[in-house]
Amino acid sequence: MTLLEIRNLSKHFASGGRNVAALTDIFLTLEPGETLGLAGASGSGKSTLARILMRLLPADRGSIRFRGEDWLALSGAGLRRRRAGMQMVFQDVLGAFNPRATVASVLDDPLRIHGVVPKAERRGEVAALLDRVGLPTSYADRSIREISGGQRQRIAIARAIATRPSLIVLDEAVSALDVSIRGKILELLVELQRERGIAYLFVSHDLAVLRAVSHRIAVMDAGQLVEAGTARQMIENPQSPTARALIAAVPRLMTGPPQGHKHEF
Amino acid sequence: MKVIQHLIRTPESAIGLGILVLLALVALLAPVLSPGDPLRIAARPLLAPFTDPSFPLGTDRLGRDVLAGIIHGARTSLAVGIAAAFAAIAFGFCIGLTAGFAGGLVDEALMRVVDAFQIVPSFLLALAFVSVIGASAPVVVIAISLGAWADPARLTRAQVLSIRERDYVASARVIGMHPVEIALKEILPNALPPVLALSAIIVAAAILTEAALSFLGLGDPNVVTWGSMIAEGRNILRSSPSLSIFPGIALIVTVVGVYLFSEGLTKTLAGRRAEE
Repeated sequence: MTLLEIRNLSKHFASGGRNVAALTDIFLTLEPGETLGLAGASGSGKSTLARILMRLLPADRGSIRFRGEDWLALSGAGLRRRRAGMQMVFQDVLGAFNPRATVASVLDDPLRIHGVVPKAERRGEVAALLDRVGLPTSYADRSIREISGGQRQRIAIARAIATRPSLIVLDEAVSALDVSIRGKILELLVELQRERGIAYLFVSHDLAVLRAVSHRIAVMDAGQLVEAGTARQMIENPQSPTARALIAAVPRLMTGPPQGHKHEF
Repeated sequence: MKVIQHLIRTPESAIGLGILVLLALVALLAPVLSPGDPLRIAARPLLAPFTDPSFPLGTDRLGRDVLAGIIHGARTSLAVGIAAAFAAIAFGFCIGLTAGFAGGLVDEALMRVVDAFQIVPSFLLALAFVSVIGASAPVVVIAISLGAWADPARLTRAQVLSIRERDYVASARVIGMHPVEIALKEILPNALPPVLALSAIIVAAAILTEAALSFLGLGDPNVVTWGSMIAEGRNILRSSPSLSIFPGIALIVTVVGVYLFSEGLTKTLAGRRAEE
């Protein structure tokens, strides 16, 4: 069964008396255990889509079916309960945590709210989550302010998998990280997917990142879906100018000196 | 404890903290430092300062000990100042929270009331309030806080509106946290520190307002205050200026101390914010 089905999704913002279309008639589907890369430049609407999907923003029009249910019709306690199935990792590794939080409280909250494990086992589960994302269990008592950006993103991932979701929306989840840490976080995400069959909607402007993790890639521009296909097909044979521009933006490593230039010293 | 360490690091806040601790000690230990009623006649009137070791600051027109008055006056000034600031901040914080969370019509209505209170000069408001109801310590406290709650209300509302849009609040919603829990656990504790930084300024203003009310004879007549001492000395300002000068110095030192402390507090809170 299809895990997620987005149809006709539209959204506009009123800005200075003008109507700005943020999303126009978006159609997307996602299968269980699949990674869909959502590429696009800044302002293309991909973060808006992620936020509507997380029910952080209301949509104007369209429907979203998640696990067979009308996701946009849910509200109140029903929505809060079903949020366990869809989690999110934010870009800003600082802003995504309450500055007063400790690692333990960040991980304990979802376990407590959704009653994932009995109360007595919560501390053990926090330790298990830390261990799963590659952090020492002694980190539980640290303040979120004391740990590095890469470690914070591991905590964010641990928090996202705590409720055992079937979909995680990753909004530029590795964009703020060092290149060296980025690879390790991506590896962790791929491992978790293999282990638990979680589907990812991976939002990024960086095609190099998307190519590394995505099964399929969709490209957005100015609120519209301009191209979608398998990752390989998209990158080897891009059809739209937007996709070509994004591919051209990925830096290539040069081996040896650049060809065709004579240097005069 | 960390906050105190931070506070001592900057010289101005260390001085401010020192002054405030000293004043608090004087106020708390007033009955020990100068036992008996400070309003009783203790010696011959108009004893010049620094002449009699048992009355180092001399006596006033009625022969009351000036030092005793200053020591006991510290109690009134600090008590009224702190109580008024506490009341103003507590009330303003609640109004600001309500406005920020409710939004819409409630927000509009509350903010227009805040506007109204910000437009009226707070001293005139306090003056009118005390003249109508009568002078007593609780009335003075209410009168002063009436003119001071609007700023914390405005600041709290702005804090709530800004924090509501932060990612960590979105993240709390994503994990399915109940809105009430989000308000109490995620928003409220983070909205409070800047408002608390405002408290020192309100305390200083409240101490000055209290002194001004007492100066005009609208303080509680049964307790000695610096304002009433200055007013008392005003009548013989030319022959015995020290009667007004000593309580005036006490007032200045207190307010400067509070301001220095508030400066340090603001810096400390800003510093912690920068670390985040």
